[in-house]
Amino acid sequence: MRFMFFVTSPHPPGPPTQELMEAMHKLADREIKAGRMLDSGGLMPLATGAQVRITDGRLSVVDGPFVEAKEVIGGYAIFELPGKEEALASAKEFMQLHKDFMPGWEGTCELRAFAGP
Amino acid sequence: MTAADINRTILAVWRIEQPRLITSLSRMLRDVPLAEDLTQEALLSALEHWPTAGVPEKPGAWLMATAKRRALDHLRRGAMLARKHEMLASDLEQEQQAMPDLDAALDDDIGDELLRLIFTACHPLLSREARAALALRMICGLTTEEIARAFLLPDATIAQRIVRAKRTLSESGLAYETPRGEELSERLASVLEVVYLIFNEGFTAARGVDWLRPQLCNEALRIGRVLTSIAPYEPEAHGLLALMELNATRTAARTDAAGEPILMLEQNRALWDQLQIRRGMQALGRARELGGADGFYALQAAIIACHAQAMTADDTDWSRISGLYAELAKLVRSPIIELNRAVAVGMAEGPEAALPIVDRLVQEPALKAYHLLGSVRGDLLHKLGRYEEARAAFEAAAALAGNKREQDLLRRRAAEAADAAMSS
Repeated sequence: MRFMFFVTSPHPPGPPTQELMEAMHKLADREIKAGRMLDSGGLMPLATGAQVRITDGRLSVVDGPFVEAKEVIGGYAIFELPGKEEALASAKEFMQLHKDFMPGWEGTCELRAFAGP
Repeated sequence: MTAADINRTILAVWRIEQPRLITSLSRMLRDVPLAEDLTQEALLSALEHWPTAGVPEKPGAWLMATAKRRALDHLRRGAMLARKHEMLASDLEQEQQAMPDLDAALDDDIGDELLRLIFTACHPLLSREARAALALRMICGLTTEEIARAFLLPDATIAQRIVRAKRTLSESGLAYETPRGEELSERLASVLEVVYLIFNEGFTAARGVDWLRPQLCNEALRIGRVLTSIAPYEPEAHGLLALMELNATRTAARTDAAGEPILMLEQNRALWDQLQIRRGMQALGRARELGGADGFYALQAAIIACHAQAMTADDTDWSRISGLYAELAKLVRSPIIELNRAVAVGMAEGPEAALPIVDRLVQEPALKAYHLLGSVRGDLLHKLGRYEEARAAFEAAAALAGNKREQDLLRRRAAEAADAAMSS
């Protein structure tokens, strides 16, 4: 089963600690080599993007600075795993790194199965 | 949570940690079968303790500590130590120095160790079936019961296969190391063959009632990705990965709502997995960069790539496919490859060019009972307007076909040819 993991952090996000970066890099490296992680990417701050919305049947473009945003997606990863239990185990391990190497940080790792067979 | 849920959760954690456990123990003990036994004991210990104590915060470190404790106990036993002494004396201390800190959240790169493990589990001394079972157990962390379900075999059969294979490995006194030079390519072939066997076992199952059968495809893909990461300069490893990725792209399109198979040319290509096509093409590109374009797996991957890249069935580059089959036929003499080449030639150049190839194959003893030969021959004859011969070919093929669905299809084609013969 394929899963997408989204990581959301409080807005505006603080930069990750060096230790966290290193630990995440090691984990990602292990997951790629284990053939489980198919793709991943970090996202730049909200200000580098924009939103195109439809409200009341009208299309509008909303540009930064998005001061009202409380949580933002900071990155994603795509995993191929046997099932939800494995996805949960993997997400917990990932979040444990944040707990260990960036004390005080709060955020969410949301995991969702891809539609498909 | 029910007990079964807790077990699933523990197994999920286990599968993430298992490669590090078994490689660390193999390095410590220089004995893969023993390392495997002791990592299994660590799993049993987790299954015993975690349901009451809860899954520890760092399950990996817990499992590693438990497994290593068992390994040290084992080494301490006098007889064991005496037997291993010679092998261990020089490097045990060094190894232990180099051993990762148990408390570290993540161990260092285990690539080389994992490669050694894969080469051991897939040693040519073992039968293909034994290699497949060991690989799934030692590299993918599947349990005996899961492997048995995946291969539709009784637990006892797989358990015995694993025990025997481990005994063969133990008794052979094999060095636990990565083969080099000429031996490497022979040993790698033995690994790739097993990975492809596992993949095909899952692929033919398409969409089974039991998730474990299709899961074999994913496990094979995973080993393929592991191999290309830890042995990045082996073109055929990339070729095999490309072949598996490209074949797996069609998973969602291969069966209809009732579970009946849909032939590739009739599949809805919008359902083909584009992420996987991209990955497959990347792997194929890598195989070519490494000079492996003409490898056994890379050539087959290139053929599938022709299909994967065609927007519609009509866009398929059949002349390239027939050329690739011709190259493949030079590499391995196989009447099945030749028959596939005939199909491609028929699509590229027309039935009159393909029929002589198929007619030559009629003499092949290996294809005497192969219904697809008659099916392809009937199709070519029909296209050439030789309806009576087409009817005979389809009917003979129908008599050989293994399943009812194929028999029905071939009888229908025979009837069409008979009608055409009447009205021509």
